[in-house]
Amino acid sequence: MDTRYLFKRYNTWWVKLAVPRTLREQLGYDLRESLKTHDLEKAKELRWEVVDNLKNKIEIAKHQLDPAPVEGLPKTPVEKFLPPTDVKDPQYYHKVVDCQHACPAHTPVPEYIRQIAQGNYNEAYMMNWESNVFPGILGRTCDRPCEPACRRVRTHDKAVAICRLKRVTYDYKDEISSLLPTAPESNGKRIALIGGGPASLTVARDLVLMGYQCVLFERDKRAGGLMRTNIPSFRLPEEVLNEEVDQIINLGIETRFNTEITSMKELLNEDFDAIFVGTGAPKGRDINIEGREEAKKSIHIGIDWLTSIAFEHTKSIGKKVIVLGGGNTAMDCCRTSIRLGADDVKVTVRSPFDQMKASEWEIEDAMNEDIPIYDNHVPKKFIIQNNKLVGMEFEKVEAKFDDNGKRSLVPTGEDPVIFECDDVLVAIGQDNAFEWIERDIGIEFGEWDMPIVDKITFQSTNPKIFFGGDAAWGPENIIWAAAHGHQAAISIDKFCNENDLYERPEPGTTLVSQKMGVHEWSYDNDISQASRLLVPHADKTIALKDLKMEVELGFDEQMALDEANRCLNCDVQTVFSEELCIECDACVDICPTDCINFISNGTEEEVRNSLRIPALNLNQDILVSDNLLQTARVMIKDEDVCLHCGLCAERCPTGAWDMQNFLYEEAKAYS
Amino acid sequence: MTYITKPINHHPRLETNKLGLTRRDYEGAVSTLCAGCGHDSISAAIVEACFQLSIEAYRVAKLSGIGCSSKAPAYFLNQSHGFNSVHGRMPSIATGAAMANHELLYLGVSGDGDSASIGIGQFIHCARRQLNMTYFVENNGTYGLTKGQFSATNDLESKSKYGDENLFPAIDLPSMAIQLGASFVARSFSGDRDQLVPLIKAAMCHKGFSLLDIISPCVTFNNHNTSTKSYDYIREHNEALSKPDFVPLGKEITTSYEPGESSEVSLHDGSTLSLTKLALDYDPTDKIIAIKNIQESQRDGKVLTGLLYADPSAKDLKEILNITDQPLNTLTQEQLCPGKSALKDINDNLK
Repeated sequence: MDTRYLFKRYNTWWVKLAVPRTLREQLGYDLRESLKTHDLEKAKELRWEVVDNLKNKIEIAKHQLDPAPVEGLPKTPVEKFLPPTDVKDPQYYHKVVDCQHACPAHTPVPEYIRQIAQGNYNEAYMMNWESNVFPGILGRTCDRPCEPACRRVRTHDKAVAICRLKRVTYDYKDEISSLLPTAPESNGKRIALIGGGPASLTVARDLVLMGYQCVLFERDKRAGGLMRTNIPSFRLPEEVLNEEVDQIINLGIETRFNTEITSMKELLNEDFDAIFVGTGAPKGRDINIEGREEAKKSIHIGIDWLTSIAFEHTKSIGKKVIVLGGGNTAMDCCRTSIRLGADDVKVTVRSPFDQMKASEWEIEDAMNEDIPIYDNHVPKKFIIQNNKLVGMEFEKVEAKFDDNGKRSLVPTGEDPVIFECDDVLVAIGQDNAFEWIERDIGIEFGEWDMPIVDKITFQSTNPKIFFGGDAAWGPENIIWAAAHGHQAAISIDKFCNENDLYERPEPGTTLVSQKMGVHEWSYDNDISQASRLLVPHADKTIALKDLKMEVELGFDEQMALDEANRCLNCDVQTVFSEELCIECDACVDICPTDCINFISNGTEEEVRNSLRIPALNLNQDILVSDNLLQTARVMIKDEDVCLHCGLCAERCPTGAWDMQNFLYEEAKAYS
Repeated sequence: MTYITKPINHHPRLETNKLGLTRRDYEGAVSTLCAGCGHDSISAAIVEACFQLSIEAYRVAKLSGIGCSSKAPAYFLNQSHGFNSVHGRMPSIATGAAMANHELLYLGVSGDGDSASIGIGQFIHCARRQLNMTYFVENNGTYGLTKGQFSATNDLESKSKYGDENLFPAIDLPSMAIQLGASFVARSFSGDRDQLVPLIKAAMCHKGFSLLDIISPCVTFNNHNTSTKSYDYIREHNEALSKPDFVPLGKEITTSYEPGESSEVSLHDGSTLSLTKLALDYDPTDKIIAIKNIQESQRDGKVLTGLLYADPSAKDLKEILNITDQPLNTLTQEQLCPGKSALKDINDNLK
């Protein structure tokens, strides 16, 4: 994949060109221009013109600096040779830290894991709190986009248990209230936040720390949103939730609980400088098949049912329960049913097992509680006898894919399957609900009756109103809500100060050598060969009887240390200085995973294929050096399976390789 | 030297050879030589060559004397036999071992001190006798282990790291070996893996005495800018005779050359070393031309590398001495001492 000159910031593709050293005082390190597209293919086409323009700029600057004629200059053969990698671009090294790059909030994962290994739980917690706001909650419930990205998946077998290590920071921290920042004096600006879930709370936290007056509207009696209503307490204990939600509210956020906003128009008339909508996707999808109306007393919408349990309105369920759906809500519904006393709980899902939407570990947890999952079962009707629901009929299907890869579920022709039941829980999806937003107040709605929201600024077509979390583009996970919240907070601050919302702040980065001696580093570079540690669970016979008893017990301190040691420290970067290299091949020979190559330059395709082991994983960048002094070859390092063991730097006689800790801190509104 | 051992993990797509082994299976302990030492590159090239030839490590004996170079066998093929001998006496040990069991592949690893000074007598006779072994001289022109004095292969008038001038001319081991009757003589550079690996493979497949004189910069004592054995000096003055390509038995030579552009050397085991000519007057089977080339390049201040001379049809020591094909160490009591009746037959014949 040829992505030369392209880089991505907040979902938009940009072109960037390195500026020659002599011109950096005038032009800065690089010239960049947004291509104003989210689509990579389009960006690839658009870039050349922009590249030419920017090159022209550089040529003109050169000409002004040195009045020699410009015409005779050889044209840089960009199509034929890879330019040296611009490691000044914060995104290059950021991408090497796979977990952090994959995290929507860009939590500095290896950094906090090292703090855990040193027993500095408070520091590790605060680092998490800065970026993802809810370490204790996410350490139990996160969808973990970081873990499939973990380099260990490519070099060993299983990812580091990043999520459960995050939980460790919460479990073993001390009283940290003294470490939390305090809100400065009010700046006089008022912000309304609708919905008390993770997105609104993140926006509120970021803005209150800048002196904004934040007013949080929540229809329930406490804040937390879906974290309170949809996640059962055997997964997320209430104390954890309360502590982390209150931590934010106590920074000085004005709360209006039990207050449902029913008209955006009215709210607009109130004295708010900006409004953030973080109302989530609160409407559970219903199923409309035969018998639905007659059996309505025994059919419950999954998320509403979980909510009524959270607020203790519902305390029991029938003995036989069918849960429809294969997502995380379905898993929560079935496990909750068992704890409420049901003794025959089944999950039925339309798709094949391996295409279920629920996270792998949530499915595993349900199955560990002996709940059967019937895949390829499409619900056909509710069976009623004597005005009472007694069972459900299903049709068996199989998944077939057409040439375009589109899936359809085709009936197998087998006899319908009938399951007995007393109650049915419907957990087949969630939708947004914006009936309370009038359509004549400048907010345009698009497809699926969703507001049109800018992907970069989170602003709606009414400049004063911002959306984030599930309310912006439909159901996602808590960590996305936190990431949206940070960006929306930046936009709201810029909006209130009449700045350009598209000028996003740069991340903070530091790059510091870890060298302490000839072959001593300030990080643990020995590669642990331990397997991923399993989190101990509570005794099943007790846990299944108690709705509030947390199933996962979390790592103890020794396990946390062992698991932390599995981290490869991908943020300790291999930094190469071509001017020091004598091309002795010591690094090539010592590298355990054959990442390092000294070859002739060529096109990206040629280079990737002519390495000792071809770099076929196009999602991973290659580090390209400038031409080397002795042979005019280039050093190419494939970042894909580098273990960050630092042996290249230990075996380098001239210090051309160095291990440097790259800390990437995503910009926050208050930073 | 490193504090951690090299992680056992390797690239998920690391190649395997005919034996199902990866290159990593041919490695040895982590090197304790200075970081950037040319010897480590040579070790890596030997690893690569043995991997590519699918050699069973237990069929190899690594022999060495004393010196930085002679430590190197610890850093490759850790499943092979090894013998670290007295300074300069590796050829004697190798001769004894090869006589006892000629079925092993003998790799002698020596340096310029071990071979050109204290052990030069041993070197001479080993070459002269056509002992079937591959003799590596890891040549850095300095006594690295004793803090950088000039060795006997250091060039006349080149200066030490401390500014002293070398007053004596260098011994050129390849010229000596050719004159003494060695049947495979090559020179290479530790920093040129593309040239070195095919040469090592060919040398290991060659029957008879193979000398590989490999210039191997000493990063600590002989890599300064008045040295003639530094990385940049050799890169600047390297004149390669040919671009070697090792073609194993049963594989066809696929690259095509204009006539006169390339020559092939067929080796004893059926494999071929194909040489793309880089120099005009070049015939690797002609001793006179080989010596002339070496002398001329010396006069011109060039370092000639590549296959200098090869005689694939030469006899090795075992053939010269007409020794039985069965390794001597496997001969039984009955074979060695056939008994009274056999003695009587012999005596009767002589009557």
